Amino acid sequence: MSKIVSINEALDHVKDGMSVIIGGFLGVGNPHKLIEALLEKGVKDLTIIANDTAFPEIGIGKLVVNRRVKKAIVSHIGTNPETGNQMNAGELEVNLVPQGTLIEQIRAGGAGLGGFLTPTGIGTIVEEGKTKIEIDGKEYLLEKPIKADMALIFGSVVDKKGNIFFNKATRNFNKFGATAAEVVIVEAEKVVEIGEIDPNSVEVPGLFVDFIVRGDQ
Amino acid sequence: MDKNMIREVIAKRVAKELKDGDVVNLGIGLPTLVANYIPEGMDVTFQSENGFVGLGSAAEAGKEDKDLVNAGGQPVTIKAGGAFFDSAMSFAIIRGGHVDATVLGALQVDQKGNLANWMIPGKMVPGMGGAMDLVVGAKKVIVAMEHTAKGNPKILKECVLPLTAAGQVNLIISEMAVIEVTERGLVLKELGPEATVEEVVAATEAELIISEDLKKMNI
Repeated sequence: MSKIVSINEALDHVKDGMSVIIGGFLGVGNPHKLIEALLEKGVKDLTIIANDTAFPEIGIGKLVVNRRVKKAIVSHIGTNPETGNQMNAGELEVNLVPQGTLIEQIRAGGAGLGGFLTPTGIGTIVEEGKTKIEIDGKEYLLEKPIKADMALIFGSVVDKKGNIFFNKATRNFNKFGATAAEVVIVEAEKVVEIGEIDPNSVEVPGLFVDFIVRGDQ
Repeated sequence: MDKNMIREVIAKRVAKELKDGDVVNLGIGLPTLVANYIPEGMDVTFQSENGFVGLGSAAEAGKEDKDLVNAGGQPVTIKAGGAFFDSAMSFAIIRGGHVDATVLGALQVDQKGNLANWMIPGKMVPGMGGAMDLVVGAKKVIVAMEHTAKGNPKILKECVLPLTAAGQVNLIISEMAVIEVTERGLVLKELGPEATVEEVVAATEAELIISEDLKKMNI
């Protein structure tokens, strides 16, 4: 079965109200074409799980500006004033999570773990409502895993099995984002034949990927 | 001192804290300037929490690479010997104690080494990004900031703003002073090029212990 589908076919799987992991860091490594198509399709009330809400005119930022997001679970919103505006107006729920905790929650979700213990956030408002556990005299917070309905991932080079190679700093949340969702769609900057990516260079094995859309067309 | 001079003094003095072979994460803004004052021949590796070590200078105009930016989103370069990785690895490096020093700005810092630098409730809520992990995980936490904000002390008896981390700050470097956080409290170790003890004490809300070995900042 071919994993390569049109953007519209892939996005048939994205419904209002879904939770969606989106790869990227301040727009770098966002699946830009998938995001554009999501906007056109009119999907709304999304819960997005991502590092940040980018900039108003770039990537994930556009989903916020166009009011398609009900809840954002992110580490940083400072570069997109619209996120803060909607949050302050009570129109958008924002859960701010330390970056290292958020990526580890996603990693735990994809890895079948029940959570993990981190010292990050001890003594801050991040610890509110969380279980504290002492290990060998040091306090940690119990953080739970995150899994999503959907992951929208960017890949620099993707073969037709879905094996992904990432260029430079595009790995960010894309790599483990691809492990933690029911349905995983990768936007390939370049699609190649099976065998054209050296197995040594594959960072996300194709087994995690359900659909490939061509970002190069 | 004008703003640029203040920033230069702070960045130069922070650079003196770094050692050959260190892995260092610099925060956005003033801390970024520290990279300009690393002595020739000293090997300091800069980590960029969006996913690489070997962070180099800003990319030249026209030579930007869309896949290579720093944690502030600016196009940058990577040095020979650098390495790219995903965010889970990035924070294994940060949280796991593999960063020798992190340099961050502060809204407030207090005499217990508490740091507040990620939100002003009701006003400015950019989010913590990687700061909470950096401050908890780095072996040495250096706060680099102007000594006061619009004349108001930022070095307090106790932080009022929501904390980034409790008790993690090791050193505070401003244009007026170098202050070490110790179990006894804050120790004033060095004076800035134009500062007197009286001026530093007046610009600091927290109690200061004046070091017996008080020096002028050597920059």
